[in-house]
Amino acid sequence: MEILGRVFNVFLAIAVGSGGVIALFIALNYAVERLPYKWRSRLLPWVFVGPALLVLGLILVIPTLITIFYSFFGPATETFVGLKNYIFAFTNNDMQVALINNVLWIVLVTGVSVSVGLILAVLMDRVSYEPIAKSVIFTPMAISFVGASVIWRFVYAYRPEGDNQIGLLNAIVTSLGFDPVGWLVERVNFLGANVLGTTALLAIMIWLQTGFCMVLLSAAVKGIPKDMIEAARIDGANEFQIFWRITIPTIRSTMTVVATTIIVLVLKLFDIVWVMTNGNFGTEVVASRMIKEMFKFNNYGRGSAIATILLIAVVPIIIYNIHRFRKQEENQ
Amino acid sequence: MESFLTKLPVHVTLLVICAIWLLPALGLLITSFRPREAILETGWWTVLQNPFDANFQLENYIQVLTAEGMGQAFLNSLTITVPATIIPIAMAAFAAYALSWMRFAGRQVIFFIVVGLLVVPFQMTFIPLLRAYNFLGISGTFLGLWLAHTGYGMPLGIYLLRNYIGTLPKDLIEAAQVDGASHMTIFSRVILPLSLPAIASFAVFQFLWVWNDLMVALVFLGGTSDVAPVTYRLSNLVGSRGQDWHLLTSGAFISTIVPLIVFFALQRYFIRGILAGSVKG
Repeated sequence: MEILGRVFNVFLAIAVGSGGVIALFIALNYAVERLPYKWRSRLLPWVFVGPALLVLGLILVIPTLITIFYSFFGPATETFVGLKNYIFAFTNNDMQVALINNVLWIVLVTGVSVSVGLILAVLMDRVSYEPIAKSVIFTPMAISFVGASVIWRFVYAYRPEGDNQIGLLNAIVTSLGFDPVGWLVERVNFLGANVLGTTALLAIMIWLQTGFCMVLLSAAVKGIPKDMIEAARIDGANEFQIFWRITIPTIRSTMTVVATTIIVLVLKLFDIVWVMTNGNFGTEVVASRMIKEMFKFNNYGRGSAIATILLIAVVPIIIYNIHRFRKQEENQ
Repeated sequence: MESFLTKLPVHVTLLVICAIWLLPALGLLITSFRPREAILETGWWTVLQNPFDANFQLENYIQVLTAEGMGQAFLNSLTITVPATIIPIAMAAFAAYALSWMRFAGRQVIFFIVVGLLVVPFQMTFIPLLRAYNFLGISGTFLGLWLAHTGYGMPLGIYLLRNYIGTLPKDLIEAAQVDGASHMTIFSRVILPLSLPAIASFAVFQFLWVWNDLMVALVFLGGTSDVAPVTYRLSNLVGSRGQDWHLLTSGAFISTIVPLIVFFALQRYFIRGILAGSVKG
């Protein structure tokens, strides 16, 4: 009986939440339609676009500006401290480790998922079982970072030497005659950052995102005119020459878009690190550092500064995005 | 036969990569049905040698759903995700229509801002929003999460839907206007039905994103809470019962089953949506 009550509450919440918004639009429209024509035609666009702008302003724009403002203030955002939080962010040891790790994340995740995605896109184009094979690569996209982390924790599971390995990777390693590896814990240091642990974590992201790259790049590859490739073949070009001289140059703009999207995603990434290692063993990233400053140390000033650094890192991408969009608009 | 041989390297490469992609998830699925002792003694792949001897059972699922609170979390995830998908769709669709087919000052500027906001890290909003939520008393509520997810999903929604609605044939809208239809009528009778593919693709994006989210829930729910979604519960399980693979794997599968169903049912639209606007921030 209790379970029925709970399910009922779920439906009620869903109905109220979703229905409320539809009702809002109908009511606003009804009110404006009663006004004189001159007012109506002026106000109506704002009835349509207004709620979205209100939400964007209240949830994204204003808080972003406030965070930039907070980043110049102390822990409880009361005293002005100038650039102190930023100096902290670039000189603190943990933060430097996080920054180095983030560079590793960006280079490896973007590099591997885009290039594997491209290879898959080109190869899949030639086999009859393309749809099934594509689904296999693409499906991890539906899995949450937390779910994926559990999956991969099990792949990386470590048992002491001599025990039966239950993690896939260590089972392979020991069957080849090597000692089992503590993939996440064992430190292979580079400037204080843990290269092995970080690589183990970012492999999860590659597993999740390669399908996305493949789908986009595959569409671009299929868009290359067939006669262009035929002509090259007749001229005696081999498959590799076609790949480097025709495929890559033709789909370059799609590759840029894909890489950009992955970089933005990686910069914000937090869940995998949080669940897998909680940032221990030298695997911290900038985004998880920020959450720690917020909740563990209650230092809102530092948290804001770190968030602002993330924003600064994506500014070039924002500009590029708008630029690309403008061009696209002009072409229409 | 000759073409098969020349294609052999292609087949082998694809087969190997697909196997690498499949194995981790296969391990999760098999493990989630194995008894606790068996999981800790032997690797999941040993089951493949003797599948009928494997002693598969549902015990892990029952335990994780009831004793570990995954059942309640599942209902919470639904309550969070469905409105957090429908609300931004509604708002973004109206806004996209206005930005495409209504003349008013500033609509270009508004759209540039939206495109820029696509990639703004939402970490930027956490501290001020959390303070505002605490002040308003809506931190730790469904309402707070709905609002946050609506805001975070809105740029992509407006972007995708505006790209689609903006390319619908002009004659269609003009004809309706000549017939004396109001904007509301055109929107609900003409635009919405035609835009279903784009709406479906954004719906999948937003649904997957909200269902799979951990960070936003962690920030705005603060500590343990009755409204915690499955991702939150699962991440706690990793922290508290990190070696209980029978619970972790079944819990992970429960957290994944709904997005997987949605994903497979609407995969076609999802891919189309990705291809239309591939700059999800």
